[in-house]
Amino acid sequence: MSEPFLIGEAMTGGYGATDILHGCTIAVEKGEIAVIVGPNGAGKSTAMKAVFGMLNLRGGAVRLNGEDISKLSPQARVRKGMGFVPQTSNIFTTMTVEENLEMGAFIRADDIAGTMAQVYDLFPILKQKRHQAAGELSGGQRQQVAVGRALMTQPQVLMLDEPTAGVSPIVMDELFDRIIEVARTGISILMVEQNARQALEIADKGYVLVQGANRFTGTGAELLANPDVRRSFLGG
Amino acid sequence: MNKRNLLMFAGVALLFVATGFFQSWNLSLQILIIGVLSSIMALGVNMQWGYAGLFSTGIMGSVALGGLAVVLVSGQPVPEGWAAGGPRLMLALGFGVVVIGAAVYLYNRMAAGTARRAAMILLLGAGFFAYRALLDPAITAIEAFNPATAGNIGGLGLPSLLSWPVGALFAAAAAWAIGKVALGLRSDYLAIATLGIAEIILAVMKNEDWLARGVKNIIDLPRPWPVPYEVDLQADPAFMAQAAHWGFSGVEASTILVKLLYLAVFGAVLLVLIYFSERALNSPWGRMMRAIRDNEVSSAAMGKNIKARHLQVFIIGSAVVGLAGAMLTSMEGQLTPSNYTPLRFTFLIWVMVIVGGSGNNWGAVLGGLLLGWLWLIVENAGPVAMSYLTMPLPDGVLKAHLIEAAPHLRLVTLGAVLLLVLRFSPKGLLPEK
Amino acid sequence: MDILNALVAFLNFVFIPGLAYGSQLALGALALTLVYAVLRFSNFAHGDTMAFGTMWVILVTWALQSVGITGGVLPTALIALPFGIAITIAFVLATDRAVYRFYRRQKAAPIILVIVSTGVMFVMNGLTRVIIGPEEQNFADGARMILAPNDFKAWSGLAEGLAIKLTTVITVIVAAVCVAALFWFLQRTRTGKSMRAYSDNEDLALLSGINPERVVAITWILATALAVIAGTLYGLDKSYRPFIYFQLLLPMAAAAVVGGLGSPLGAIAGGFIIAFSEVFVTYAWKKIVTYLVSADMAPEGLLQLLTTDYKFAVSFAILILVLLVMPTGIFKGK
Repeated sequence: MSEPFLIGEAMTGGYGATDILHGCTIAVEKGEIAVIVGPNGAGKSTAMKAVFGMLNLRGGAVRLNGEDISKLSPQARVRKGMGFVPQTSNIFTTMTVEENLEMGAFIRADDIAGTMAQVYDLFPILKQKRHQAAGELSGGQRQQVAVGRALMTQPQVLMLDEPTAGVSPIVMDELFDRIIEVARTGISILMVEQNARQALEIADKGYVLVQGANRFTGTGAELLANPDVRRSFLGG
Repeated sequence: MNKRNLLMFAGVALLFVATGFFQSWNLSLQILIIGVLSSIMALGVNMQWGYAGLFSTGIMGSVALGGLAVVLVSGQPVPEGWAAGGPRLMLALGFGVVVIGAAVYLYNRMAAGTARRAAMILLLGAGFFAYRALLDPAITAIEAFNPATAGNIGGLGLPSLLSWPVGALFAAAAAWAIGKVALGLRSDYLAIATLGIAEIILAVMKNEDWLARGVKNIIDLPRPWPVPYEVDLQADPAFMAQAAHWGFSGVEASTILVKLLYLAVFGAVLLVLIYFSERALNSPWGRMMRAIRDNEVSSAAMGKNIKARHLQVFIIGSAVVGLAGAMLTSMEGQLTPSNYTPLRFTFLIWVMVIVGGSGNNWGAVLGGLLLGWLWLIVENAGPVAMSYLTMPLPDGVLKAHLIEAAPHLRLVTLGAVLLLVLRFSPKGLLPEK
Repeated sequence: MDILNALVAFLNFVFIPGLAYGSQLALGALALTLVYAVLRFSNFAHGDTMAFGTMWVILVTWALQSVGITGGVLPTALIALPFGIAITIAFVLATDRAVYRFYRRQKAAPIILVIVSTGVMFVMNGLTRVIIGPEEQNFADGARMILAPNDFKAWSGLAEGLAIKLTTVITVIVAAVCVAALFWFLQRTRTGKSMRAYSDNEDLALLSGINPERVVAITWILATALAVIAGTLYGLDKSYRPFIYFQLLLPMAAAAVVGGLGSPLGAIAGGFIIAFSEVFVTYAWKKIVTYLVSADMAPEGLLQLLTTDYKFAVSFAILILVLLVMPTGIFKGK
């Protein structure tokens, strides 16, 4: 079996002296959607941040397209083709939607008009509101701005930290639809989700983490069908 | 007091001894007295910053209010000036306080909205004009009396020692008013606001001639008990004989004795303050203060009334600074408002606290003595050093300018000391335990 | 009733001085607010940065004059200005490297940075006094008046004269150009937008690949240039004294807070609010009111709310009022 496009393998580490992750492995294939679920405090966000280089690993490695990027800073990983959407404070609230997208493409020296048009195609509402301050938009629209901003670097992997936190179920469904569309363009998606059931429904691969370690791993459908997973994490 | 602290103080003592040997004992004592006064001010600032983490840049205002107290309590009475407009003046000031009180009362009682805003504007606007109508004739009358030597309401002519607690009281009262308004603000807003208050206090002292003759200064304020005047000592045959016996000239002996007495009085005040500061800092109150400083959120969650505690420590700290301000003025024997500059009386005191060690009372004292010494020595030694440094330069405008400007080097020196301490030893010379 | 004379007196004694002073304060407050927006602390060394930079402008002006270069009708200081700005920027960038950067990397609390800036203030204040001395300096040369009061009286036939100083006109024009250029930079250029982004959300700016050190350096450069320009305009229009510049910190800080700390637009509005309030409250209105009412109703007093010595009280009162009533300022700062 060839190695996945992006893999964080046997990651061990935390923010301070105590480890939060214990040999946790997360991977995503090209153009697929991988979802990390689990109970509160299981280290879901931490695992994703570890993949993105936001904490020091004491063990394990992160490889992108076969290249070891464990030692790179988050900024350097952005340049390697990783996009990251934080859970909170993920837009520039005082700047317009269009400026948010421009800032997303800050590291690019080439023409960004094409990418911006793609983002507007994906999120038509943003095109309508492109001269409005992003802070004035609704919760769902803000998340679209946040995803759009991350897409502006034309990443090969897009990482989303609880993109549907705090939005209504209708908006959540719409966001998931958009995320599927993004994946269809060949971009790998790695996301952390509280809404485990809905997330697993669109996932090619699911990771259930408990206490910083992998508990269950499988395709989204497998996990949804697994009675243990259903009982423990999906509420029956 | 551990070994490190004793060593530090011994080091500072050595500086003063060296100054005595190489310059003069008179100068050394003079600097030491100023150092002791600075230490008292630093103790007050340390209460605000070190115990409670309040960054106030209005220290100069407290010092100046202390000085004002000396004039009002122990200055020469000017009965004619008082008779001309004193009662009316008091009435006007009282009226002003009542208007502000009424405004605060109304503000708290009325619901927010247009009605309250209108009431505020109307009340304060009408109050202001009524106040000026009451006040202005009184001021004109007071300032008209013998403006060359008086023109003010005069003092009470009471002993100088009595004015010290009054100075503390003045500063405390001002701190209460400032604290009520500004203490809820974010730290850097508090800094800007207190800087402004100090400037306003000074503007009042410079421009309200009826109060303390403004920039025309008040002189001949009495000395505090038990300090005698040099001329009286020199007129005393017994003292002269004693001086001769010890091998001093009468003039030298009298100036040194006067300074020693000041040192004894001020030193006693300093020791009493340190005793109480140490008691307070190590009491449950002191621990609570530091707990609040280190984590306001959790202290508030534990039911501590942070605003009230901050107000309390802000008032006490300001009172201590006001006390030192009164002591300074009664020693100098005159009030010179233009001498109060923020660099000298606000920021220098800050440097003393930070260099000495924020949160440590002994640190504040050490900082006061050390930087008091540095401040005055660099002023004296700066030109000397500069004249050596500029030796290779040809005589001319540049060389003369450099030597003339050298005393200002102390500002650069102090800034550099502050930056170096903050960077390499942020806890100061004597760190908090 | 003599509305024309009253209007001319109002323009001459209230509006034009307020406009000039407001422009100077607005530039100074802009610099303060930019540093706050990006570096997140109130820079107490700001007034002394103005004094330090203006000192270099004065020294270069003297040097130019001594070799016979002048600005003709314009003040020579305008030619010296770029040199003064360049020297001060070099000094400030060196200060950032040697002092502020350390605390930035430590993510020190804002109040620590404020205290650090007082250390910088001491150093700059001392250097200014050592180099040029604490005394007052007048360095305005060139033409004095664009419109002399007597010419105006002769032309209009009114009793009131209208004076327009050249330095006032220069102040307003330079301030307008600076503000326009700054807003163009912040709104239209990539670098300007990256500054706003960094100020808005530091972490996300880092994620987007914005280099914080570059943003900080550009902020210092802009703020220093604005401070030196404001200081030079103030010195030309009034006079130069280091201590006065230190004291200007209060009205400038008040202007920045009133407008909303961190908001450039607010700093400009705040500058004019503070300046006009100061002039309104400290001007003796007797003359204007006398023109407007009938002779028997002419006021006896000066109709002056506060003497000019209390102009600090005005800035301060507005500052406190705004902080108590709407702490984020008019334009929603931080």
